[in-house]
Amino acid sequence: MRLASIFRLRVRSLFSRTQVERELDEELRYHLERQIEENIAVGMNGEEARRAAMHEIAGFEQRKEECRDMRGWNLMDHLVQDTRFALRQLRKSPAFTSTAIFVLALGMCASVAIFAYVDASLIKPLPYRNPSGLVGVFEKIPLFPQSNLSYPDYLDWKRLNTVFSSLDVFQRDGFLLSTPAGAQPARGARVSDGFFRTLGIAPVLGRDFYAGEDLPGVERTVLLSYGAWQRRYGGRADVLGQVVTLDGAPNIIIGVLPRGFHFAPAEPAEFWTALHAASSCDLRRSCHGLYGVARLEDGVSLQAALNNVTLIAQQLEKQYPDSNRDQGAAVAPLTDVMVGNIRPILLVLLGGSGLLLLIAGVNVASLLLVRSESRRREIAVRSSLGASPARIIGQFVTEGLVLVAAGSILGVASASWAIQVLTKLIPADMLARMPFLDGLGLNIRVWAFAGAIALLAAALFSLTPVLQVSLPEMRKGLAEGARGSAGNTWRRLGSKLVVVELATAMVLLVGAGLLGKSLYRLLRVDIGLRPDRLVTLQVMAPDALYAIDQQSLALEREVVSRIESLPAVESIGVARLGLPLDGNGNTSWFRVMGRPWHGEHNEAPERYVSPGYFTTLGAKLVRGRYFTEADDASRPPVAIVNQALVRTHFPGEDPIGKQLLYLTASPVPIEIVGVVEDIKEGPLDVPTPPVLYTPFNQRARNDFGLVVRTRDAEESLLPVLAATIRQIDPGIVTYRGATMNERIHDSPSAYLHRSSAWLVGGFALVALLLGVVGLYGVVAYSASQRTREIGIRMALGARTASVYRLILKEAGWLTAAGVVVGLVCSVAAASLIRGLLFEVRSWDVETLATVAALLGISALAASLIPARRAASVNPVEALRAE
Amino acid sequence: MSKPTGLVQGTLDLLILKVVALEPMHGWAIAQRIRQMSGEVLQVGQSALYPSLHKLEQNGWIRSEWAASENNRRAKYYTLTRAGRTALDLEAAQWERLAAAISLIVRTA
Repeated sequence: MRLASIFRLRVRSLFSRTQVERELDEELRYHLERQIEENIAVGMNGEEARRAAMHEIAGFEQRKEECRDMRGWNLMDHLVQDTRFALRQLRKSPAFTSTAIFVLALGMCASVAIFAYVDASLIKPLPYRNPSGLVGVFEKIPLFPQSNLSYPDYLDWKRLNTVFSSLDVFQRDGFLLSTPAGAQPARGARVSDGFFRTLGIAPVLGRDFYAGEDLPGVERTVLLSYGAWQRRYGGRADVLGQVVTLDGAPNIIIGVLPRGFHFAPAEPAEFWTALHAASSCDLRRSCHGLYGVARLEDGVSLQAALNNVTLIAQQLEKQYPDSNRDQGAAVAPLTDVMVGNIRPILLVLLGGSGLLLLIAGVNVASLLLVRSESRRREIAVRSSLGASPARIIGQFVTEGLVLVAAGSILGVASASWAIQVLTKLIPADMLARMPFLDGLGLNIRVWAFAGAIALLAAALFSLTPVLQVSLPEMRKGLAEGARGSAGNTWRRLGSKLVVVELATAMVLLVGAGLLGKSLYRLLRVDIGLRPDRLVTLQVMAPDALYAIDQQSLALEREVVSRIESLPAVESIGVARLGLPLDGNGNTSWFRVMGRPWHGEHNEAPERYVSPGYFTTLGAKLVRGRYFTEADDASRPPVAIVNQALVRTHFPGEDPIGKQLLYLTASPVPIEIVGVVEDIKEGPLDVPTPPVLYTPFNQRARNDFGLVVRTRDAEESLLPVLAATIRQIDPGIVTYRGATMNERIHDSPSAYLHRSSAWLVGGFALVALLLGVVGLYGVVAYSASQRTREIGIRMALGARTASVYRLILKEAGWLTAAGVVVGLVCSVAAASLIRGLLFEVRSWDVETLATVAALLGISALAASLIPARRAASVNPVEALRAE
Repeated sequence: MSKPTGLVQGTLDLLILKVVALEPMHGWAIAQRIRQMSGEVLQVGQSALYPSLHKLEQNGWIRSEWAASENNRRAKYYTLTRAGRTALDLEAAQWERLAAAISLIVRTA
């Protein structure tokens, strides 16, 4: 009750200010009047009585102030006053204020925006039940550390393992979706029956697959993604039970997945069908097409799980030596499977933006130092007029807080904008495969991060000037001679800050240089073809009409001849199982005829290509010949190999005329008729593996890719190609049309390298600017402090050159210190990003030297300005000014 | 802040509480009452009195209300609260102890 009434009083004191103030006035006035009355009563006249009473009070306003103090108003009052004063002060020096706010906002913007990405990808838990218990399960072969499971292997692993509470599989899949408007390509995935239960996901509408629903012969059913349900079915509840035709087969819609659900390795997926393992691949133990996802039993470690599945793999290897030789096992946390490839880049960007924030903070801190230096006299005056140290510190703190508040608001607002811009810059294909970036923005964690930065900045900016103006010295500031020594303190502290700034800028510049050089090297990797005026397009024809090889071959010939006859087309080639840069790991096992063989799996990705394929790409034939139209099913099988295959399997031999055998039940010898230079059949930053090219004519299928070389602009050709193919049969779909240059530049490895190089480069440029401006500030300030000294020197006959030397020497020392510290830090930092560098060493001398030179030249340029100003000092004026 | 001469710091609060305990009183009357009760020895000036009153009010030991005064003008009357009564007992007991102790020393010497 007492507390409540105290609280009420306090609140009243604060918020009914005018009333309380009036009452205070009235109360004191009443006392004054009673005093006057009494004075009159003892015989004074009116005027005397009044004066005596006033005298006794000794200051009406002071008494009021003391009462206010007691009521605790002054704390609030001072805050309001300080804030007003701070705003006025800041408005009075708009250049300082806007620079400080802008620099701070810049640092915040970069780090908050990058943090939002880090949060969405690495911090936000995956949208599954207890996601940390989920792992990706793979087979492991010499060529790929994480490769697919075969269906029979999956069944055995599921049966034999003792470490997973459940193990399921999925496979990305493309469907031909029948719609009233004709066939459309649609993306989806085939999953085993328990897939969603393993993830801990329940449909928002309808039901999940029941156990056994993925077996062949069971009625086909499909789950819709939330997006597909909204887009294709308008979010209607009666979608359940409807039939959707995928690849010509009817599927019953049984449910809709939750809105927030995503599964990056299979995205963008609209239709999730049950596995129905009945294809020829599903039935073969040697055909690997599935990825595993499992939930660990409680208390089972990753290592224990790996040991267990490795043991099973070894057991299967003994049991099925033909198919399972060298088929090991791999287990990785599901988060690694999903974001493992972008994690290092994000961390580098976060580090880069952190450094930028550091340099921005140091920059603003040194600006504040200069400012507090120039306000030494103001503080001395205020202090000698009776301002308590607490009030003066309070003033600095308030100014710091106002700056940080403005900078933070601007920074967070621009970060929110930057996030949107950056997301727009990601190619749509890549974005679709990073569904965790959906809904990226300022969530609670990002706000907390921004808040933490703001707090740090507030502490830094309010304490910096306080440190500078040591309180006992405050009053001394009035003395004229105090100036020189104060300048020295500033120079010591300020110059240390500049070294930090320059070193940080150097680290960022070196990082940007190394990443830029990597990108340069990456985009100039020899990909074994001429990418200009080359477009690619995927074609898929319905099974019902084109299932037989002859039908597919006829279709391919029709497509090729129609496109060849287009006026803009120079040449056309066809390839199945992947176009250059696709990285399709569809491999075949073979052995070389006439060599001892002990059952080992010589593995090579395979591509079925048309006679015009290599010439259209502009590939280089090393030996032998290309395929011709005559190499068809009626002729003995032939193959062309790349140089990597020659290096691996025929070192120092002529491979032409050698024969290979596939490891199938009834192998037919395949004669090598040609060798081509390596074409990049995978990511740019991965060495090209041995590749086998065989004639499409001998193994025609109804889905293939086209490469077309045009005489005109590439972009205008794509719609023409699609239309031409539809003319043949509207049931055929075309997709993934792109120019070869787009495929190179938007390929994940190029994109990741480019985005990191550009962003870090941007950070580095800003850092360079801030560092150089910081150096300029220090040198200019110290030059202005030494005006008198310079005046005397010149009066005594010093030449302009020696004045230049005087100023530049200081700048030179600072820059040298910055560069040396920067070099050491750069080499250390660069070794951290070693994994991201492509064909560039982390201590690349060229980059280090270039950056050091760039920094040196910029620093020299920045310090020439104050040096020139100092040298043009008129000695008479300089001396008189003192 | 100037204090009335010879008044030990903190004792003014005790005096105010004690005086207000008798009946609700405005500031002027409190000063007068202290002077009278002390036999004209303790002169409490406005400069010490009002800050003390406001502090005690903020502490919740006295509360104030406006009422007509003896000369028929509006004046701010202070009343002891229950918390103020407790505080008064405590402070008075403390004062007794302190005063006894000091006089013991003074007399012995």
